[in-house]
Amino acid sequence: MNGTAVLHSIIDGVLTGSVYALMATGLTLIFGVMNIINVAQGIFVILGAYLSYALSVHLGIDLFVGLAITIPTLFVVGIVVERVFLSRIKGPERVVMSILVTYAISLVIEGVLNMVFSANYVELHAWYANRSVRVFGFYLGYIYLLGFGLAVVLLGALYVMLYRTRFGSSVRASLADQTAAALIGINVRRVSTICFGLGVAVTAAGGMIYGATNAFNASSSYDLISRLLVIIVLGGMGSIGGALVAGIMMITIEDLVSVVWGPVWSNLAFFLILVVVLSLRPQGLFGKPSVRVA
Amino acid sequence: MTGKRRLFRAFGVVSITLASLATVSTSSGASGSGTIAKGHPVLIGASLSLSGDFSGDGDAFQQGYKLWAADQNKKGGLLGHKIELKIISDASSPTQVVTNYQALISNDHVNLTFGPFSSLLTLPAARTVNRYGYAMVEGAGGAPSVFQAGLHNVFDAALPVANGLVPFAQWLASLPASQRPKTIAYATSTDPFTEPQIPVAEKIIKAAGIKTVYYKTFPAEPSDYTTIADAVAATNAQVVILGSVDVPTVSAFMQAFEQAHYNPRAFIATAGPDQGKTFLSAVGAGNSNGVMVPNAWYGGSSNPESKTMVAEFIKKYGGTASEVNADVAEAYAVGQVITAAVKATGGFNNAKIITYLHSGVTIQSVLGAVKFNNLGENNQPTAYTFQWQGAKFVEVNPATDPGATKILFPKPAWKN
Repeated sequence: MNGTAVLHSIIDGVLTGSVYALMATGLTLIFGVMNIINVAQGIFVILGAYLSYALSVHLGIDLFVGLAITIPTLFVVGIVVERVFLSRIKGPERVVMSILVTYAISLVIEGVLNMVFSANYVELHAWYANRSVRVFGFYLGYIYLLGFGLAVVLLGALYVMLYRTRFGSSVRASLADQTAAALIGINVRRVSTICFGLGVAVTAAGGMIYGATNAFNASSSYDLISRLLVIIVLGGMGSIGGALVAGIMMITIEDLVSVVWGPVWSNLAFFLILVVVLSLRPQGLFGKPSVRVA
Repeated sequence: MTGKRRLFRAFGVVSITLASLATVSTSSGASGSGTIAKGHPVLIGASLSLSGDFSGDGDAFQQGYKLWAADQNKKGGLLGHKIELKIISDASSPTQVVTNYQALISNDHVNLTFGPFSSLLTLPAARTVNRYGYAMVEGAGGAPSVFQAGLHNVFDAALPVANGLVPFAQWLASLPASQRPKTIAYATSTDPFTEPQIPVAEKIIKAAGIKTVYYKTFPAEPSDYTTIADAVAATNAQVVILGSVDVPTVSAFMQAFEQAHYNPRAFIATAGPDQGKTFLSAVGAGNSNGVMVPNAWYGGSSNPESKTMVAEFIKKYGGTASEVNADVAEAYAVGQVITAAVKATGGFNNAKIITYLHSGVTIQSVLGAVKFNNLGENNQPTAYTFQWQGAKFVEVNPATDPGATKILFPKPAWKN
């Protein structure tokens, strides 16, 4: 182990973690506003990856340019899913029911993807996918740098939307207390639908980067959703900043431990930290229990 | 507790007991009698990973099983009974696979069982069917842990995995000192299929004076392969042996190597490059050049049975011989072993089939000759090393084999 390797692992962790953070942000936004655990988030990421794949292979559209199509497409998919399935879930069992319903949605989408694309692994190819730039004595892949840039831009846009727009105020009010938000005239129903759409839309970007750095098939969604859920639990359910910090933290810790103690300890070390954090702060790093208790 | 509750509880216990007894007796009947009424099909059950981590392999195995069943049905089925396959998905889960075989035997009353994909799932599956007295012929459970479990009912038609890398190691050791690499890196996922292969190869390679500069295991599903691959690249080892179970692992390492401007002189992965079109699609045709994989079968095999199967596969699914996944052949061979056993024993009695397969008989299959030792390992197949050379998947080791093509060494540069 040397200093360069440690620095390299930290930078790798931050670059990759930011993409996970982006995907997890959608999940936590949906939970925060709607009180819904969207276990279909993993398959939406894969759907985003397959959409990029289809545009790239069949129409020759660059992966990043293709986002102009895939992000709005997944936004619409999210809106439809929320309107058709999730808006009907009401009552005290809403959280549990949402898990079942989104799991069912996930299985349906997985089945369709398997039928359309088969279970064979594919990967997104572009001229920059395997190239790199030398920094601090080691190489950083363009795709990771571009992925990081994309995550920063999209998370920045999300931040501006949440904190600099009227709609953002409505979202934050809904995040804090849905009943109070409704009482002051916010259309919580509409906010929920748009937030679900946004939460799903960001998976298009996450999916594209994931697909350009990993061979994937529809079943890759299972690994993804388990990691995304861990991230939002660590960050605090419903906390967007928490998802950002936890996403980067998860991958960085794993990468750092991999270099310092060996790869076989990487997962263990992260989960150990997760257990310690949750023991001290059951609501996660940035979670606010009082909001959920009400 | 009220009297009514006690009554319900007692009723429940009795019901469950009776149901269990009924299940056991039914399943025993299915495996014990070994006879099927005339005109009825023979039902063969298998659990395959049609989703989850092994879904690519599970899909290919399904193709192999179905291809065999279709071929055998064209020949009149098994002892005149049409073959029906009952395949259910285990989502690559070692716990679901147990439930699936229990259901196949207890609920579906299958006559025979075929194995799942991967050693990880084969062991719990074999234990389960063993309790019902069923034979488990399989084609993807070659890890030592499967055979060391003391089971008498498991038979692996494919190559035992422990010796898979031996031809590659021997080839490295046989190189003249001037050409022989000086350093090697080993990175392997924690899996019963990959881990046993590395020490066997390392012993040979070390004896040849090649220095190990990296030897680490990594979790089966890390969030990020980049750091592990970068650590290998940082050693600048001249040879890399990667213990992989699937295409994504190999693909991730290859991408990271290319990004690190690191091109080892030889690169072999225990699984992934043998998955034909799937591998090419993931890594890109240009980058596959020179990548090696150990196995006992490839699409260009001169074995007549294999040639016929490959032709049928291409007719049905398209592609080229090089693009046929080795899993297809391994699954097909399972069917051929069962065909021979059923014919020889004159029925579907699993106890007789187990005895027959342990009798030292040699069965011809698409994988070549199959003969089981007392552990159920196939001790006949020769381990080969295969290499992607352009768009062709060719045999390169042992070099003395008549079908061997000259090995591409050093490995050409990455080309994406």
